[in-house]
Amino acid sequence: MGSILELKGINKIYGEEIKTQVLYDIDVSFEQGSFNSIIGQSGSGKSTLLNIMGTLDKPSTGDVYINGSNVKKLSGNQLAALRNKTMGFVFQFHYLLPEFTAIENVLMPYEIQYGKISSQIREKAEEYMKLVGLENVKDNLATKMSGGQQQRTAIARALINDPKIILADEPTGNLDSDSTENIYEMLRNINEKFGTTFIIITHDKRIAEKADRIIEIKDGRINMDLTR
Amino acid sequence: MRLGYKIAARFLKSNLGQTFLIVLGIAIGVSVQIFIGSLIQGLQKSLIAKTIGNSPQITITSVTNDKKIKEYDQLVADIKSADSRIEKVSVADDNAAFLESGTNSQSILVRGFNIQDADAIYNFIGRLKEGTYPQNDNEIILGIDLKDEYNLALDDVVTLTTPAQKAVKCKIVGFYDLQVSSINKSWAITTLTTSQNMFETNNTVTSIEIQVSSASAFAADAIALKVSDTLNQSDLKVDNWKDANAQLLSGLQGQSISSLMIQVFVLISVVLGIASVLAITVMQKSKQIGILKAMGIKNSSTSYIFLFEGLILGFFGAALGILLGLGLAFSFTKFAVNADGTPVVALYISYPFIITSGFIAIAASVIASFIPALKSSKLNPIDIIRNN
Repeated sequence: MGSILELKGINKIYGEEIKTQVLYDIDVSFEQGSFNSIIGQSGSGKSTLLNIMGTLDKPSTGDVYINGSNVKKLSGNQLAALRNKTMGFVFQFHYLLPEFTAIENVLMPYEIQYGKISSQIREKAEEYMKLVGLENVKDNLATKMSGGQQQRTAIARALINDPKIILADEPTGNLDSDSTENIYEMLRNINEKFGTTFIIITHDKRIAEKADRIIEIKDGRINMDLTR
Repeated sequence: MRLGYKIAARFLKSNLGQTFLIVLGIAIGVSVQIFIGSLIQGLQKSLIAKTIGNSPQITITSVTNDKKIKEYDQLVADIKSADSRIEKVSVADDNAAFLESGTNSQSILVRGFNIQDADAIYNFIGRLKEGTYPQNDNEIILGIDLKDEYNLALDDVVTLTTPAQKAVKCKIVGFYDLQVSSINKSWAITTLTTSQNMFETNNTVTSIEIQVSSASAFAADAIALKVSDTLNQSDLKVDNWKDANAQLLSGLQGQSISSLMIQVFVLISVVLGIASVLAITVMQKSKQIGILKAMGIKNSSTSYIFLFEGLILGFFGAALGILLGLGLAFSFTKFAVNADGTPVVALYISYPFIITSGFIAIAASVIASFIPALKSSKLNPIDIIRNN
């Protein structure tokens, strides 16, 4: 399988006057359909790396290739469209829109891209809600759900546009161990069922060990890259 | 666009209390604007109606030595065809005379009219306090003030003496009240034939009086010019009320300007209010905007959210403001009344003005939302995600 996401010579420096370098010469690529985990201590630069992969943040130097094309050449709106179509995000703080119901949140990326919600896509969304075990609370407002439910809603939302890549930053960061286990089972199932590439930041060793590949970031550098 | 509207509506709905407060703020601005506007317009209309409503707005007189206008029937026909805004034309034969009643005498202005034509302008039949109007020769009506002063009664006979020392006995058939004391004391109104015979004016008149449609009262000067051009007679002089009432006009203009100033400042405060509240909303909703951007929403679409918020707030604010403004206006005319039940100030409810005010408020709200819209489009999702 070819590489879907490739980083070449990524450096990231924050600050104008006092410069802090967060990432040093990162070269890494991910294969389509792989299940990857990134581990590292807090402040090691792994979240920054994930944001750069997701085109949310720009590297100070270096290039990001998604599906073989360099994102540097894309305009803001083209980047937004690329994010919408090829990537799904799951963040630690799940970031649902509190004004909308669970299923409306799930449908939001589709609505951003295509406008009108067809009955077909609504059925698909309901199927995903079933997949993440939330068919009973799909019409609840995002704020009226538990943390685990919100996180699973965020995962369903990340899936709705059939993205090639799902980027997840500590998706189970504030969940209990049972929920954590459930969510990882689910992500793994999705990976196998749809062939979606997963890149997951985690500090949970047990979870990291279940991935096909573990990358450890230390002080802004790749310290270990282990493929099973 | 559709999504922008949907998100905007949802944002507003999710915080109804705040939404209602903003709508109320806009509504109060709009209602004040409508109320002040109606008040000033009403004041001006009633002032103009009182000043020129029952009097000629254009007067044609002769500048020849004898001050007489000949062949006036043809002139009247020409005047009527000069401009479509001319509604009423009446000839008058005005001459000074002495009024004698018993031992009293005073000078008086005898005005000979074609009664129906002149009544269309002066409405003195409607303002007769007693009796009827002159229909036959040597019948006159006098002002109510003279009646009291000389202790006159209906059907009394008074003697009018012309400058040529001709004495004519006239019967008083009515008393009018034109609500201007100087007129009530000095006009003796009679038929044109009576006046022409009495003063031997040889089938001439001294003036032709014109009233234009009420909507064109302020175009009286232009119409007067047109009449003058149509007649094209150097011995006729055409006057209009605007030249004669320059002070009143400048007063009205001052009032209009101050009313406009009030409205502009109300508008500015509404715009600033909406802009600042929406600016705060952008801060409140920055997390949501960040999420939407991470999911790939375009910058222009996030702008639409705030433009639509402005539009929705403006629409409901304007609608509520119009209701409040009309309510305020109606209660003002209903409760602030004179002893006889007429309102102290007659408000002028102009629907075009109210609808315009509403649209201005909506437009102002949308304009006010441009700043937050621009701000939201510049929001970078990474800042939200990095800072939770």
